[in-house]
Amino acid sequence: MSATNSDQSVTDDRVARIASSIRVIPDFPKPGIMFQDITTMLLDPVAFKDTIDLFVERYREKDISVVAGVEARGFIFGPPIALALGAKFVPIRKPNKLPGAVISEEYSLEYGTDKMEMHVGAVQTGERVLIIDDLIATGGTLAAAIKLLERVGANVVECACVIELADLKGRDHLGDKPVFVLVSST
Amino acid sequence: MFAEENGLHGDPRIKAISDAIRVVPHFPKPGIMFQDITTLLLDPKAFRYTVDIFVDRYRDKNISVVAGVEARGFIFGPPIALAIGAKFVPLRKPRKLPGEVISEAYVLEYGTDCLEMHVGAVQPGESVLIVDDLVATGGTLSAAIRLLERAGAEVVECACVIGLPLVKGNWRLNGVPLYVLVEPRLDDLECTL
Repeated sequence: MSATNSDQSVTDDRVARIASSIRVIPDFPKPGIMFQDITTMLLDPVAFKDTIDLFVERYREKDISVVAGVEARGFIFGPPIALALGAKFVPIRKPNKLPGAVISEEYSLEYGTDKMEMHVGAVQTGERVLIIDDLIATGGTLAAAIKLLERVGANVVECACVIELADLKGRDHLGDKPVFVLVSST
Repeated sequence: MFAEENGLHGDPRIKAISDAIRVVPHFPKPGIMFQDITTLLLDPKAFRYTVDIFVDRYRDKNISVVAGVEARGFIFGPPIALAIGAKFVPLRKPRKLPGEVISEAYVLEYGTDCLEMHVGAVQPGESVLIVDDLVATGGTLSAAIRLLERAGAEVVECACVIGLPLVKGNWRLNGVPLYVLVEPRLDDLECTL
């Protein structure tokens, strides 16, 4: 795993510690997948704090009013960032979890489809939104989250992830939306 | 114990937090007045107050682990962990955690469910705070306590934004104290929990 130097990712002393705190679990959830486990980074308070700080530093002056986090690992990183930016936190959830009126967006999986939901009224037209998830792989989940937010008239400023699986070229599947990552893995 | 009865009497933040929670009647089924914290998360001041009250309580208690119950415990636990310099440990539904896990089953109204934690996340003797958004019957939190105790940890307290004493006056779950910011609101409607 390396921290690459491009204008879409970050070279910083803190990134090396973050990268090395992430555990790779082979063959999960199925053979051939090298799963990027962020739970070990959460066990290193310095690495976890640095992760949040790196995102907050980037977005602090960008007038972000909403941080949207994708269930469930987006719920771990999104709220601390939202709190530091003084922004709302909006959870984007699996079906039937949110209790109020929702809008849904269907998206493709390797086999079949899934759905993500957001509460009606959580985000107003024109709000500047940052979407957070722990990792970008194919970009399918993030693309669906972008669609959901654009359907309510939000302005998705950027997507931010801790890790990018660069070979899957997820960033090419997000239309014109940029993605910022801390660690790029090949 | 309620925060109001434990040092925060008259603290205006408690009312702000309670007012920011939306009650959704009959979700997920008739008779349940669902306490929706997503509206609290849309109020940055109230969300900040929530985290600050917990951080003020736990900052000097030498807590080395904050364990959060999936999924809403993932929203409140990490900001507390970050502020007090503790590890954050997610307690998850089955088959989500990729490494070796220990599992604890618990009883639902119909059937059972299971909570899992990574082996090695918590060391014997560590002091742990468990966080969730709400405590109702205490079934989930009891399972969380058992998981952590099986790993040899000492659970110092369970902290929830919303809850009631389990039985009138009883604020302990398996011997572990419960700390709650606000009680569930019913609005004007009757409810049987």
